[in-house]
Amino acid sequence: MSDAQTKPHETVDEDRRDFIHIATAATAVAGAGALAYVFVDQMNAASDTKAASSLDVDVSKVPVGGEIRVLIGGKPFFIRHRTPAEIRAAQSVDLSSLPDPQSDEERLVPMQSGEYNPAILVTSGSCTHLGCVPVGPAQGNTGDFGGWYCPCHGSHYDTSGRIRRGPAPANLPVPDYNWLSAAVINISL
Amino acid sequence: MSGHASTYEPKTGFTKWLDSRLPVVRLAYDSFVDFPTPKNLNYWYTFGGILAVCLMTQILTGVVLAMHYTATVDGAFASVERIMRDVPYGWLIRYIHSNGASMFFLAVYIHMFRGLYYGSYKAPREILWILGVVIFLLMMGTAFLGYVLPWGQMSYHGANVITGLIGAVPVIGDSIKAWLMGGPSIGNQTLQRFFSLHYLLPFMIAGVVILHIWALHVPGNNNPTGVEVRKDKEGLKQDTVPFHPYYTVKDGFAIVVFLIIFAAFVFYMPNVLGHADNYIEANPLVTPAHIVPEWYLLPFYAILRAITFNLGPIDAKLLGVIAMFGSIAVLFFLPWLDTSKVKSMRYRPVARQFFFGFVVAGLLLGWCGAANPDDPIIPMGSDKLVVSYTDANGNEATQTYEEYEAAATFREQKMSEGVEAIIAVEKAPAFRFVHLAQLLTLYYFAYFLVILPLLGLRENPKDEPASIHKAVLGHDRAAPAPAE
Ligand code: HEM
Ligand code: FES
Repeated sequence: MSDAQTKPHETVDEDRRDFIHIATAATAVAGAGALAYVFVDQMNAASDTKAASSLDVDVSKVPVGGEIRVLIGGKPFFIRHRTPAEIRAAQSVDLSSLPDPQSDEERLVPMQSGEYNPAILVTSGSCTHLGCVPVGPAQGNTGDFGGWYCPCHGSHYDTSGRIRRGPAPANLPVPDYNWLSAAVINISL
Repeated sequence: MSGHASTYEPKTGFTKWLDSRLPVVRLAYDSFVDFPTPKNLNYWYTFGGILAVCLMTQILTGVVLAMHYTATVDGAFASVERIMRDVPYGWLIRYIHSNGASMFFLAVYIHMFRGLYYGSYKAPREILWILGVVIFLLMMGTAFLGYVLPWGQMSYHGANVITGLIGAVPVIGDSIKAWLMGGPSIGNQTLQRFFSLHYLLPFMIAGVVILHIWALHVPGNNNPTGVEVRKDKEGLKQDTVPFHPYYTVKDGFAIVVFLIIFAAFVFYMPNVLGHADNYIEANPLVTPAHIVPEWYLLPFYAILRAITFNLGPIDAKLLGVIAMFGSIAVLFFLPWLDTSKVKSMRYRPVARQFFFGFVVAGLLLGWCGAANPDDPIIPMGSDKLVVSYTDANGNEATQTYEEYEAAATFREQKMSEGVEAIIAVEKAPAFRFVHLAQLLTLYYFAYFLVILPLLGLRENPKDEPASIHKAVLGHDRAAPAPAE
């Protein structure tokens, strides 16, 4: 190239270059961030997965002293129809002796009338230790406290689903549910 | 690479043409044919080649399995059964893949212990070692994901336990867990992403393997003496032999022996390393009585479960997770934790004892991982039966028995009096698996965090040989008296 051609380019405007560099880099970073957001967010629960996360259950079908187990979004839940003796056992415990103190009533949800129905106990079906599904009346083993027994590492739950002995740190959680009528509850995740 | 001048000379017209455009033959020649390799490598050094074979085996059989496999909760278990029964030689390909994972880990553990023994993680091979630990982590991830795919009981509930661990992380744990599973629980969406990632990770491993070999070829191999190859022309010539044919043949022989053992598993005991429960289709409502991971993850599972106590604000569950990840994370820092200037344990008589202790600790941790933590190893006394009842004054009372008969009779007698009575087992004191696991976990961490750092400063190592050449000729023993 001849001198004549290169001359006009010899004065370099540094500020202008810096601006272009910074603007380019900033755009690239913003673009990468937006893209990363999309690729991270796609891993979250999809709309249909979320939509499948509540269930109506007719509790009048549960036999006294028995339970039914339902899966909501793949998670197990217990719906137990407690006998009067089981309810009494659940209510008469000295709360201060519990690893995770909660009264039986705190673990129930009032019906539309505002009254409690202590016969129906609804709890999560995954052991608070490492998530195994405890066995109950249908499997012929209710543990030392009459509720559930987790065979994985030996956690015993009482008739209110409270942890009494074993490695599990907490009571079986009570899910979000409400009474649609005297016989039907809606459980949601 | 590696500073040694390329000795490749293309001979034909085509190889000359290729060499001036893409010198790939030159790269292969310099890396695997005329690569100067210490002449004293023993069979512990053949496991790198064996691992390369393992990775290729897994990728080849895996790609074939993927042609027949269905990644849906309704189809996965049946598609694996179809592979076993209907696909021509499907049983063989699946057994090679499932046992191949075990053989892969067997080889990687030997490879890593080799590195620990000969000090191969020390300067100038820190990056080489760290890349190895990265490969190990990716392998564990891949194997965990792969084990979920057949959608058996162990697949499902094992994955439940492992994802449950993430939930132990405070504050963000539950959202990360839901994000990984793509929903409230392990479901179809989880299986699909696990399949996709199980397909991807082995290729990432292959990528890291290339970096690993690159990082090997810059400083060159370590060797059983831990003494570096001399850099001068004469020294280099005395200390090394070309990779081919010396080590291609040695590695080849080791690979054949390894494949014989591999084949013995595939053809004669394809399921001994697995769990019968995984031939039952996953059922979220029924948990198998005893959930255990595959054998190669057992030591880490044992460390996880050994932590049964809280430490300040950190509860046992989280602490267990920290200990488990910490047990691998500590390997990344090993090059700087070991303060000894002497690489090979051959010349570190005290450190060697601790090393063998470490190997035993690793094996015993595996044993603890497979067992029920509460089972006694050394019982001290026998279990008793305690009958609890309410006595005539309305007080809680108990009665202890050795024999079930007597306890049951007493309980029945109380029941017939209208008194509620229950029998519980009172466990006799014992040295249990959980106690052993706690001691071993302590040793595991002490080895890296206390023993190696202190020993390097205080021990009295033996004299290292002057060179690899001298060591091979048996001149590495200390001279009886100054001869000069
Ligand atoms: C690092 C290499 C790999 C390791 C350690 C590994 C490990 C495993 C394991 C442990 C299983 C469960 C086996 C069983 O019990 O049935 C499995 C299954 C599977 N893997 Fe891999 N794998 C690897 C590479 C691959 C690759 C590259 C593919 C390619 C797509 C693949 C595709 C599959 C498929 C489709 C299954 C399900 C079928 C079955 O369970 O046999 N794997 N893998
Ligand atoms: S998971 Fe229930 S006791 Fe461990």
